[in-house]
Amino acid sequence: MLLIHCPYCGEARSELEFAGAGEAHIARPENITEVSDEDFAQYFFMRTNPKGIHYERWRHIHGCGRFFNAVRDTVSDRFLKTYKTGEPKPDRAEFEGEGR
Amino acid sequence: MRKYSVFALAREAMRHHSGWEKHWTSPEPKSEYDVIIIGGGGHGMGAAYYLAKEHGITNIAVIEKGWIGGGNTGRNTTIVRSNYLYDESMDIYEHSLKLWEGLALDLNYNVMYSPRGVMMLSHNEHDRQTFKRHVHANRLYGIDNEWLTPEAAKEYCPPLDIAATARYPINGAALQRRAGTARHDAVVWGYGRAASDRGIHIIQNCEVKGIRRGPDGAVSGVETSKGFIGAKKIGVSASGHNSVVMAMADVSLPLESQPLQALVSEPLKPIFPCVVMSNTVHAYISQSDKGELVIGAGTDQYNSYSQTGGLQIVTHTLDAICELFPIFRRVKMMRQWGGITDNTPDRSPIQSITPVPGLFVNCGWGTGGFKATPGSAHLFAHLIAKGEPHKLAAGLTLDRYRTGRLIDEAAAAAVAH
Ligand SMILES: Cc1cc2nc3c(=O)[nH]c(=O)nc-3n(C[C@H](O)[C@H](O)[C@H](O)COP(=O)(O)OP(=O)(O)OC[C@H]3O[C@@H](n4cnc5c(N)ncnc54)[C@H](O)[C@@H]3O)c2cc1C
Repeated sequence: MLLIHCPYCGEARSELEFAGAGEAHIARPENITEVSDEDFAQYFFMRTNPKGIHYERWRHIHGCGRFFNAVRDTVSDRFLKTYKTGEPKPDRAEFEGEGR
Repeated sequence: MRKYSVFALAREAMRHHSGWEKHWTSPEPKSEYDVIIIGGGGHGMGAAYYLAKEHGITNIAVIEKGWIGGGNTGRNTTIVRSNYLYDESMDIYEHSLKLWEGLALDLNYNVMYSPRGVMMLSHNEHDRQTFKRHVHANRLYGIDNEWLTPEAAKEYCPPLDIAATARYPINGAALQRRAGTARHDAVVWGYGRAASDRGIHIIQNCEVKGIRRGPDGAVSGVETSKGFIGAKKIGVSASGHNSVVMAMADVSLPLESQPLQALVSEPLKPIFPCVVMSNTVHAYISQSDKGELVIGAGTDQYNSYSQTGGLQIVTHTLDAICELFPIFRRVKMMRQWGGITDNTPDRSPIQSITPVPGLFVNCGWGTGGFKATPGSAHLFAHLIAKGEPHKLAAGLTLDRYRTGRLIDEAAAAAVAH
């Protein structure tokens, strides 16, 4: 089971308190009625699904209830960082080669 | 290749089993093939076999980064059934079930397909309505599926607890009698042996690291841990790693790779005659021919390539198993493992041409593609040979995410496959 640090509660809690909410930093197009079907499919369905560093959303559903973002390595399953919604996407260089 | 038969068995018994041949050869890769299949699971190996058998293409390499069948094919709980809800699903899963029925004869290899029946438990009014809808849809389509009372379910599977006071009471079940199980690795080995016999190269311990494309954008071959290997047609069937492999050709897919776990008990005498699934309480169980109870859990909630998952997922499943079958409460579990499943948003598979000429993909089988192995392989071979889908797989293309014509088995089948 994962141990997840909620950036709002400031505490690491068991995965049982959290709900995974998929890939992070996918912005909904503002002109949603105008985007082409291709672009909509890209935004709505396509995922990077990387082997390695993954930016993802979690929700502290049985805690503060808030959504936040995380950087996690999908090979080791280790969390590299969690941060509040709206904070900038951390540069992946930050995490390269640090014994993930 | 020598044929397997009762006479071969007798002959070998007389000479201390010294005359059995290797199932397949292990040649060095050539510099160029007509078709390369990436991924030596059941789907990829089967596709190579059908390309040779039905389309006369034999200059093929199946490239596998580990050993063949070591991916999800070798890790799954082997439930085979075809009672899905939508036409597109029924088409391919029923096509597959029909191929399972004749597969051992076709391959001259015992794939241990055992139509012992798959029973899906209904626990509440919603389940009852959903399953009855399935039963009707299936029967209208000519697929067997029937509704059982709790008593009939108990008769079919005596260890089941149907008491009204049970933690998860049962108000009926849907039974597909032709459904059942098959031997996971025998399927890959059988296809591998038959493919190798037709001249197909099986190249193990060889990881594809890149897809090379010509100036026209079309594929020209793959970079591997054993060097460059050329081909004008490439079929990708790498299950959990499909996104990773397709990213090598800049194709993005609607996939998320998640762990799915299973476990087996110590071997018991024959006690469990069929397969039982409960989607509502997240458990499915059968007994292998070795006697182990084979139990499948649900997926973990995050993307991962680690081939492990959380223990809480497994214990949740065992809680359910112990409630449904109280006689198993003191059985010891022996092994637990995880596989990486590639899941689509509508929980239905994709078989498709791609924006890259010469590149074909078979993906998104997620948590439920073992049952589809022969059917998927057969139709994927058609796609690669002809460049367009077979009519039974016409609805499974990538284009459905643009048109919105999804095949929403996730809601219909309630998670588990
Ligand atoms: C625990 C578990 C239980 C399941 N239970 C069932 C069930 O009861 N019924 C059912 O129908 N389905 C079930 N499934 C799903 C089923 O196992 C899969 O859908 C199916 O086996 C996929 O077959 P495949 O041939 O596509 O993939 P695989 O057998 O995974 O083959 C893909 C191969 O590609 C190789 N590969 C990956 N990347 C590369 C690369 N870069 N270069 C070369 N090779 C590469 C891998 O090593 C692998 O061997 C289950 C899955 C799991 C994990």
